[in-house]
Amino acid sequence: MFPRHRRLVTALIVTLTATACTAGSGGSATESGPKAEAPQTIEVWHGWSAPHEVQAFDDAVAGFRKLHPNITVKLVKGQDDTKILNAIRSGNPPDVVSSFSTNNVGQFCSSGALQDLTPFLKKDKVDTSVFPQTVQTYTQYKGVRCTLPLLADDYALYTNKALMKGSQPPKTISELTTLAKKLTVRNPDGSIKVAGFLPSVTYYEHVGEHVAPSFGVNWLNGQGRANFATDPGFTKYLQWQKSLIDWYGYDNIKKFVHSMGQEFEASNPFEKGKVAMAIDGEWRVKFLQEEAPTVQYDTTPVPVNDDRQNAYGGGFVTGTIIGIPRGAKHPQASWEFVKYLTTNTDALVTFANGLGNVPSTIPALSSPKLTLPPQFRTFLDVFKNPNSTTIPSTVNGGDFVVKFDAFVQDQWEPGKVPNLQQGLQSLDDKVNSALKLAGG
Amino acid sequence: MAAVLSAGPVTAARARRRHRLRVLAFMSPWLVGFSLFFAYPLAATVYFSFFRYNLFQLTPVGLTNYKFLFKDPYAWTAIKNTLWLVAVMVPLRVLFGLGLAQLLSKIKRGGNILRSIFYLPFLIPPVAATVAFVFVVNPGTGPINGIFAKVGIHLPDWFNDPTWTKPGLTLLALWGIGDVMIILLAALLDVPKTLYEAAAIDGANAWQQFRQITLPTISPVLMFSAVTGVIQTLQYFTQAMVAAHVSQGNADQAGTTTAPGYPDGASLTFPQTLYNEGFQQFNMGYACVLALVLFVVAMFFTLILLRRFHAFGDDD
Repeated sequence: MFPRHRRLVTALIVTLTATACTAGSGGSATESGPKAEAPQTIEVWHGWSAPHEVQAFDDAVAGFRKLHPNITVKLVKGQDDTKILNAIRSGNPPDVVSSFSTNNVGQFCSSGALQDLTPFLKKDKVDTSVFPQTVQTYTQYKGVRCTLPLLADDYALYTNKALMKGSQPPKTISELTTLAKKLTVRNPDGSIKVAGFLPSVTYYEHVGEHVAPSFGVNWLNGQGRANFATDPGFTKYLQWQKSLIDWYGYDNIKKFVHSMGQEFEASNPFEKGKVAMAIDGEWRVKFLQEEAPTVQYDTTPVPVNDDRQNAYGGGFVTGTIIGIPRGAKHPQASWEFVKYLTTNTDALVTFANGLGNVPSTIPALSSPKLTLPPQFRTFLDVFKNPNSTTIPSTVNGGDFVVKFDAFVQDQWEPGKVPNLQQGLQSLDDKVNSALKLAGG
Repeated sequence: MAAVLSAGPVTAARARRRHRLRVLAFMSPWLVGFSLFFAYPLAATVYFSFFRYNLFQLTPVGLTNYKFLFKDPYAWTAIKNTLWLVAVMVPLRVLFGLGLAQLLSKIKRGGNILRSIFYLPFLIPPVAATVAFVFVVNPGTGPINGIFAKVGIHLPDWFNDPTWTKPGLTLLALWGIGDVMIILLAALLDVPKTLYEAAAIDGANAWQQFRQITLPTISPVLMFSAVTGVIQTLQYFTQAMVAAHVSQGNADQAGTTTAPGYPDGASLTFPQTLYNEGFQQFNMGYACVLALVLFVVAMFFTLILLRRFHAFGDDD
């Protein structure tokens, strides 16, 4: 009996050891795995989940299927970064992953979770200048390009024509301020009935990263450390923002914002004619088309501070990214897929038309096949404008932006910061100690 | 004879070994479960707490993660909030649950329906319950504040005002009182009626009966409710996070990250800090330190529970 037990225990130990040793193993190389021409199936994880989004992705992939009949593409919807990281860490990742979180590119690239695509790009002589400079920035971290862009989002100013009463959309912050005050309609008790422009970061997309670039801010300094106390752009932005909030009355803004409901509902105050001017993403064009087709509106680039008028035309740019995980079983076929989807004009245009997003290469921007409404033109122009900006990648997932917005929302706007310089210095310290902890 | 004598101890030793193996075999499911789901994760948590770990790369950093805990303002805000919830929410839940159970135990007709009505909110999934609750009490989207305002009572902006966020969460917890109510109701119904009858004959009034009979009899269950309540509250995550997101109004778009604890850190609980550090900032090493702190505190309360149970057991 006993020898049998011993054999059983030995077998168990061997099995467990073997399992433990093999878990998490994987390799990466442009030449590894089966050749792209070999018959194979690749699994592609993406985050879209609404039926029209899933259909749009499927339509965009149709051309690849025709071009590479040997590669079967299995699309898996509704995946997020946590699932992606867990799959990579388990040693059994999908072949291609797409993420909405450009903030996490620093983590993806620095940890090696996604493979550096530079060898693939070099091997196939892909010209990365088809991607605007801003996009090139948010798809790499410290020279490691582990992702490529797959459609983009950018931001512009929406103006409600009826509420503007013939006024032209503002181009500078002082014009925006004057118009915001002029177009605001108050109730008898002083509360806001119609807002000209809400400067608070609590208003949907009016967060720091979308508005502060108008003041020419640099989020991090040359050493990759927080720049809030040092860069005068932040002080200018915050002082302008607070002065307009004080004009409205902080409590009035709070009351108005808290009565709005959720951002992606038909009750959106811009769609309902309760806000005359609002900064929003390009997706709002499609929402307006479907939810408020009678609203007459214009889109123009976000106004810039008066001392930066030469930078007018740019805006904040971000987008979806796509890459090949470490340990992917079919890296060569995966690269063919990534290359096709991120550089093929027809695929990008099909996808952009389906989702109402901005196609992420310069050639695709001028494709005659783009069927989006005329107001969409602004977003295409902002996207390729050299003055457009994004936020830099860090190892801790855009924590500096999160902390900045929390500072503005919770401390600055309610008037809890007696000394702005000291407040920003304290914010710098918090951001820097978090960066240091994460090894950034 | 000599062979027989020498065979005796050998046989006994073999029997002992067999017995031990048999015991081990019976215990093996527990041993495997304990090792896989408790011992190994705990050991790994302690190990990783001495490293900078982003799920892929391990860099030894000594006590850096532990030192950071003492200067992390978010962790201390979270600790203060969590302690507030433990000190206020848990006693209120037990008291409210007891009061409700006491009431229901006295009702003769329609008691079953009322029990179901009070228990139902507990069955609603926490996310759905929180979303509904926040919508209903939000002055902009729900009727509650408006109704009270008509009779001259001006309720606060619960989940947008840092002062009222934790009381708002406490109200939400009281709405879902079903779990505490049902075990206390069972305990109350378990108190022998003869004790009350004897006390009534002796002239004890309702308060004296409650003080001298009900409380001592149900005190083990009260203790259980309190300690499990403390442990649950130390792990309070879903409701606080959902309430913050919903009241903030910004859509929870994929790819965007907002600071936890809206407004002004008022709803930031310890597990949220842990989640934020581990899965949003990828400071898995520091998240392990936070997890260990949570483990030690929760263990402390679990030990109290076990000691009290033993004490009650000894009394029996």
